[in-house]
Amino acid sequence: MPVKDYRKKISLSESGPGDAGKTGSWRVVRPVIDPDVCIPGRRNAPACYICWLYCPDGVISRSVPPRIDYQYCKGCGICAEECPTKAITLVEESSFIKE
Amino acid sequence: MQIIETGNTAAALGVKLARAQVIAAYPITPQTPLTEKLSEFIESGEMKAEYIPVESEHSALAICIAAASAGARSFTATSSNGLLYMHEQIQWAAGARLPLVMCVANRGVGAPWNIWNDHQDSISQRDTGWIQIYANDHQQIIDSVLKAFCLAEEVMIPVMVCYDGYILSHTHMPFDVPDSETADAFLPPYQPPYALDPADPANLNTVTMPECRPDVRGDIAPGYMEIRHLLQHDLIEAIPALMRVEERFRAVFGRGGNPYIEPYRCDDADYIAVSLGSLSYQLHGVVDALRAEGVRAGVLSVHLYRPFPDKIIVEALDGCSGVIVFEKALSYGYQGPLCSDIKSALYRHAQGRPFVTNYILGLGGREITTQDLYEALKASCSPDGGAGEETRWIGLKLHTRGMQT
Repeated sequence: MPVKDYRKKISLSESGPGDAGKTGSWRVVRPVIDPDVCIPGRRNAPACYICWLYCPDGVISRSVPPRIDYQYCKGCGICAEECPTKAITLVEESSFIKE
Repeated sequence: MQIIETGNTAAALGVKLARAQVIAAYPITPQTPLTEKLSEFIESGEMKAEYIPVESEHSALAICIAAASAGARSFTATSSNGLLYMHEQIQWAAGARLPLVMCVANRGVGAPWNIWNDHQDSISQRDTGWIQIYANDHQQIIDSVLKAFCLAEEVMIPVMVCYDGYILSHTHMPFDVPDSETADAFLPPYQPPYALDPADPANLNTVTMPECRPDVRGDIAPGYMEIRHLLQHDLIEAIPALMRVEERFRAVFGRGGNPYIEPYRCDDADYIAVSLGSLSYQLHGVVDALRAEGVRAGVLSVHLYRPFPDKIIVEALDGCSGVIVFEKALSYGYQGPLCSDIKSALYRHAQGRPFVTNYILGLGGREITTQDLYEALKASCSPDGGAGEETRWIGLKLHTRGMQT
């Protein structure tokens, strides 16, 4: 049986953004990183990345400073909970709606 | 090579010839000697496979699911409450489309606790999406195991090979064991269409939305309902696929024929007894006795129970005026499941419909005497099927109805 046919018979999910659609729309609170408090941001060097490690959706980059892909971030808040310097704040999504 | 051995050994030899790569099983009577035999084969180096001992049947099947997901030919076996303990994983294996093979040495289920033969265990797993084959003797057990791997891997649906506990599992009978070169010619190494690969990671069978969705490549991936519809479609397609397997088997081994049913004196029969497993052969003698009295009776043994070969069964029953279904299982609160299935098939496909009566017998190993079968079948070989309730019990010793004795 060709793999192409077999893939249609099962649910197979590969790593990468967007396997369940643009899940950013699920978000109620938005994690916002303060680069002056975040360790890589403060030191201007790759370090820590606890948020990258814990993010269950893999939407935080290992960059300086780390960036969150809001197209897919569901706003679970695990990054804010785990951040050792409390650099991540959960902000109500409604406050980003422009009047 | 002709040998005289038990049904469990016949199954183990089939698994060895199939070169199963991973075996995980938990011992339960009457399946235990099968898995003991396999562990002996592996321990002695006769068979190259991983034998993974587990703490439960649920884990046994979970390991087989994982092994098959990684591309290994995998096997397990169980009976009775062990099979019921697997129930969640049984459904999973079918939905995950893994070509597992499992032997079920049929045994009654608790409560009350019982270790003897009936078909309630595997029949209760009828609706899980597995293919179910019932063997009538030792030769059919070893042959069915080999065919089961071949069929499972062609259609990517798991197969249960069911045989009567004790009556077949523990009795010694002569049967032919093919040599491994011939078996290899019939069943080449498993080529999985997909196998988990650390270099290209994937999650299998994760939460699947009611609707279709674009996957990471942007292709539209099936939703839950598409995946389930394909399972149903492919199960129906497994009926002709089994004939292809049978033809290949016959070309290689020189035996085989009809993989769906085994009719005995059915061609001109007015009354046909239908059953699963070794009981069918016991009924042969009963039919011979009735024929000697001038009653045109026959026996139809059903080998493939799921997918249900309804048209093939109705063709075999065509022209008879009565169908008498003998069952070692019951859909409690209604009737024997095979009886319901036969009636459903007749409703759809038959021209003139015969009457259908149902006997429940042999539950929990209650002895089935040939005299009882003879009397029951004789009573039903009349135009009205023998007056009485549609579902009748054979072999009851106490009158338990209404708790009045």
